[in-house]
Amino acid sequence: MATEESASVMDDYEMLISTTDVELLKRAWRNEKAAPEILQFESSLVQRIKEQIELAEQNEEIFEANNIEPLTVSLYQMDLDRTQFLLRSYLRVRLQKIEKYLFYVLKTDEYLNRLSKQEQMFARRCTDDLGSHLDETVLAKLPDNYRSILKQSITSEEDDMVPAPRLDTFVICKAKQYLSGLDFEPEYSMEITEMERDLLTFVCYKFVKKPLENGKIDLV
Amino acid sequence: MAGQSDSTMSLFSSEEIEFMAEDEMTEIVPNLRMDSLNFICGDYGPFLPQLAAQVPLWLALALKKRGKCTIRLPQWMSVENLTRVLEAERDSHAFQPLPFHYIEISRLLFDHAREDIPDMYMVRSLVEDIRDVRFHKVETNLEKFTASTVTWKNMSAMEVNVIRAFAGRALQAFYKHDNEQQTPDTDRALDKQPQIPTDRPKRNLKPR
Repeated sequence: MATEESASVMDDYEMLISTTDVELLKRAWRNEKAAPEILQFESSLVQRIKEQIELAEQNEEIFEANNIEPLTVSLYQMDLDRTQFLLRSYLRVRLQKIEKYLFYVLKTDEYLNRLSKQEQMFARRCTDDLGSHLDETVLAKLPDNYRSILKQSITSEEDDMVPAPRLDTFVICKAKQYLSGLDFEPEYSMEITEMERDLLTFVCYKFVKKPLENGKIDLV
Repeated sequence: MAGQSDSTMSLFSSEEIEFMAEDEMTEIVPNLRMDSLNFICGDYGPFLPQLAAQVPLWLALALKKRGKCTIRLPQWMSVENLTRVLEAERDSHAFQPLPFHYIEISRLLFDHAREDIPDMYMVRSLVEDIRDVRFHKVETNLEKFTASTVTWKNMSAMEVNVIRAFAGRALQAFYKHDNEQQTPDTDRALDKQPQIPTDRPKRNLKPR
């Protein structure tokens, strides 16, 4: 038993050290695309990828200068393009989500902390612009009690005009290892008790939120 | 702005699935000599003529297009294996184990590496038959949705992607109706997802 456990620990370790940054970025991109809410920004990963991309771009110029064979140059260019696509798409999906749930993100600390510094700045400027635009065009002309962006009227108890992400959407996921009931939130233990590894599962997003944050599940 | 409030942003396009498939490793036999390639995504090479090497699919296709290598057919794409898989698919209700990206990989190889596939027409027709049988199974399985969590063994990327939107919405509706105590707020009109026509059975109306 002990040898089996240590073998699987070794497997995990080997997988960890052999996973390239591009693999990690691809996983982050896939998870971000599939999840209905915005996930934690992978700042160190993005930083490393940016540095590698800059390095690759510098190498491009060196190749051009040294007349390296065009085949090699074009292959390096392809690799660069692929990595750039992943990075750009990742950032773009996050920006789309921020725009979609703009006011909610700024209101909720949990989401606000998942954004990078630039994304937070973007969100604030966006709300300012959107707010002043809506004010000028519509809200200023409405009767006094209805002028808020966030509430339908002053009598509303909470910000009922702010849409929240739908956590009950269904996503497809795959577990990287066997998950028992402990890995899920206790309140969902009626709904989901275990998940085998490598089995495609359609499941309500909020049930798998916790294992997703712990990196035990991948969205597909 | 980064994009319109696109409710389909959670869907992967076929091109994106193909992009992910292109990272699968394939074996090639180069006919040139080349130094190691130190890519951001990993190091490959050095390449020596007539010595097999493992590279990602996109690299293999790029080299193939420039006539610098031949691609060795993956094990699972041999005529014997595919015939066996097709038989098994027809005989059982479950899905046979196939590589997750088998559709994309086979399509890319047919398009770009025709000469490297012996019996290409046979292989192609087998793959298409397998696709048809599997998709038919997907459709029949869809009719049997009841539980809130559905598992599928051995489904491939393209098949999953095609039904993702519909199945997700259907399961969501099942879940909502199962848990009637949800507040009406979840039905906000602000949630601007387009209505996808579903084949759920219609409510029986009272006869007039």
